[in-house]
Amino acid sequence: MSVPVLEMKKISKSFYGTQVLDNINLTVNEGEIHCLVGENGAGKSTLMNILFGMSVITDTGGYEGDILINGSKVAFNSPKAAIGAGIGMVHQEFMLLPGFTVAENIKLNREDTKPNPFSKIFGKKLETLNRKKMSADTRSALDKLGMNIDEWVTVAGLPVGYLQFVEIAREIDKENLQLLVLDEPTAVLTESEAKQFLEVVQKLARTGISILFITHRLDEVMAVADNITILKDGELVSSGPTESYTIAQMAELMVGRKVETSGRIGNVKSEKANEAVLEIRDLRVDMPGERLRGIDLDVYKGEILGIGGLAGHGKIALANGIMGLYASQGQVRYEGMDVPLNNPREALNLGLAFVSEDRRGVGLVLEDSIANNIVLTSMQTQNEFLKPGPLKLKDQKRIMAHALESIERFDIRCTGPEQIVRRLSGGNQQKVCIARAFTQNPKLFFVSEPTRGIDVGAKSRVLELIVELNRMGVTVVITSSELAELRSISDRIAIIYEGKLSGILAPDAPDVEYGLLMAGKSLEEVGIGERATN
Amino acid sequence: MNQIKRIISKNAVPILFAIVCLLGVYYAQMPGQFLFMEIIKRMARNSFLVLSLIIPVVAGMGLNFGIVLGALAGQIALILSTHWEWSGIGGLGLTALLATPMAVLFGVLAGMVLNKAKGREMITGMVMGFFANGVYQFIFLFLVGTVIPFDNAALRISTSPGLRNTVNLSRLRGVLDNIWTVQYGFTKIPIVTFLVIALLAIAIWAFFKTKLGQDFRAVGQDRHIAGVAGIQTDRNRILAIVFSTVLAAWGQIIFLQNIGTLNTYNSHEQVGTFAIAALLIGGASVTKATIGQALMGTFLFHLLFVVSPSAGQAIFGSAQVGEYFRVFVAYGIIAISLALHAWRSKSLAKASMEEDVSA
Repeated sequence: MSVPVLEMKKISKSFYGTQVLDNINLTVNEGEIHCLVGENGAGKSTLMNILFGMSVITDTGGYEGDILINGSKVAFNSPKAAIGAGIGMVHQEFMLLPGFTVAENIKLNREDTKPNPFSKIFGKKLETLNRKKMSADTRSALDKLGMNIDEWVTVAGLPVGYLQFVEIAREIDKENLQLLVLDEPTAVLTESEAKQFLEVVQKLARTGISILFITHRLDEVMAVADNITILKDGELVSSGPTESYTIAQMAELMVGRKVETSGRIGNVKSEKANEAVLEIRDLRVDMPGERLRGIDLDVYKGEILGIGGLAGHGKIALANGIMGLYASQGQVRYEGMDVPLNNPREALNLGLAFVSEDRRGVGLVLEDSIANNIVLTSMQTQNEFLKPGPLKLKDQKRIMAHALESIERFDIRCTGPEQIVRRLSGGNQQKVCIARAFTQNPKLFFVSEPTRGIDVGAKSRVLELIVELNRMGVTVVITSSELAELRSISDRIAIIYEGKLSGILAPDAPDVEYGLLMAGKSLEEVGIGERATN
Repeated sequence: MNQIKRIISKNAVPILFAIVCLLGVYYAQMPGQFLFMEIIKRMARNSFLVLSLIIPVVAGMGLNFGIVLGALAGQIALILSTHWEWSGIGGLGLTALLATPMAVLFGVLAGMVLNKAKGREMITGMVMGFFANGVYQFIFLFLVGTVIPFDNAALRISTSPGLRNTVNLSRLRGVLDNIWTVQYGFTKIPIVTFLVIALLAIAIWAFFKTKLGQDFRAVGQDRHIAGVAGIQTDRNRILAIVFSTVLAAWGQIIFLQNIGTLNTYNSHEQVGTFAIAALLIGGASVTKATIGQALMGTFLFHLLFVVSPSAGQAIFGSAQVGEYFRVFVAYGIIAISLALHAWRSKSLAKASMEEDVSA
């Protein structure tokens, strides 16, 4: 057996006295796909920050333990040094310039140049870009990934699903790449895209590149990993070849308690009258990459309606359009009243609440406290939590009381209501979003991608909360890329394909029907009658 | 039909001003020869300054109201060159050379300030221009002749400290324009000046094909991502402002050699607003500007400038109204362009939605 590409030995790290990593060992061999799994806050990011020599580590006293690359000890003091040693990283959020072409992005700050008369006087910086070479390199990197996109198309025009591939192409274009770290790369991909992505990752590994794969999706881990390392609370709880685990075992090890990975959480549809509370007619929403091209849909009173479909087909745009966050046209009637489009305030005033898929961008005021985030919408639209009088002063006492109550009720793990939301983990941020929606006492509740990027434990809690809300009589429209999640809580599931309604299914409809609708085939077309609409 | 609609909505600003210009030309009833002469003169005078705005826009710093600083560097060099009695094209070149280190210094300082005011570059640049104007006045109105010994009857006010209100640039007047002119009707076309402008346009075009130009574009798109890729964003932003400031200094020198007199305390004041108005009329925006837009904008803006007094006379019976109209136009244009820019981005979104309907 050759020398491992990466060895991390007895890595420990503490921030200001808090131990966040304790004695972690990790070994990755050539061409190995190694999955690193763990809940948010388990220490995965810290471990990667150490590997990359990020300033958050170096500025806080470094770390204990040794890192060996190809058997020789290293200590990177900057990401640049790590990259120089052949370590590549694909971040969770896209690091691509929208107005640049694919080739320009892949070659960003590594452009090939050729000298010209001026560069000979004024230096290398003024050398002309060698677009031919850039183009050829990009082509070969894209070909390696099996991508047939044009290298001179601007990134802004590409479907979201392709961006992750462009990021990988950028990394493999770096000549000495030997270890590629993928930080939750499939979080933003749909199931089919994720599948394609995993195939590419396996292909890469076969060429000898080692992959360190961080993910929340355990089925992915089972599909691609050679070896698995599980972290919990900064400790290594288990490590070994994939064959020795089942999904349930992994989930259990991650969270330290039994988790239900599938099966309905149990919103058994009671006798709900099919009375339409929200009527959507020919709704078009201009949301970049998720355009909705005219949809007719009724939401029944008291139900949980799931909205599913592949990424880029417009499922996300439905709630965003109705809530007025993206330009839209068409007709939406709520309890017989017209919902004015392109006007978030009016939508809120009507008693609609929304938990956005863009938690950090739209959902939260990141630099503000938990308490203020929870009461914000109610304060703005319902004049709640204000002292009587014309000045509309905040009623701090009531805000605090309500925040404390919410923290307890929603199990938000934090240091207190004054904590800044940015410092919370993804799952706890999501709980804050939901707490705010609860605070509004909504009658109709939109929630998009409620479990995206949050860990298994928080996931089931968030879904339970949604069901609880529904039991209190609130109609829920939940949009999610994870079909299993929709099927576990919805009464009906509408599938969106290319901006239009493809069909509506019951949660217990067979997988094949879901597959067909998501691929744009109508059920009549293949001889299966529509079953869920009555 | 949609095609035409898109072209119109994309070029709404230049089209609107072309229409206003045509109306002005119609009402002003000016002889074509005169109009042509005025336009040639003004294009030669102003194009360089307008072109100096392009680099900061591409680098994501918006419209550089701070080119006033560059203009000041140019004027200080001109004052010194007048004092030392430099003359001819050599003298002009030397003046430009003298202005360069000053402009670089101002540019670095301005860039550093703008790096502290990311996202608010335009208003910061504008206020910086006012501030620099104050310092400039303090030096040339007060210090010169009191603290700074300066004895030159041609430049000094005889009875008190400070420089004269107007400085005659007779030694440098037209030295660039007159190297080679071509007579057309009774218009003298200054070929060399236009060659210099063309050279600058080509240089800017070529610059964006270099590594440094690419870095500027990357920083302009997204500072964070460019920074993660290892591009020194702050340094690049300062460089962009330095380039712009130096070009503005040279542009102001070209401008003033054409005019022939320096209005010591006023010449620089409206450099920023007028150049920016011209660029915006060409269809540029806060985030996008091209060489073609700069030249087209300069043409339209000055056409309007030329015809507005006569048009005012013809329509309102008073040339004075036309005079007011000029200033009104300059500031109004900036406001309208920015508003139209916002309107356009909205209508583009709408157009793309309607496209879907027809599809």
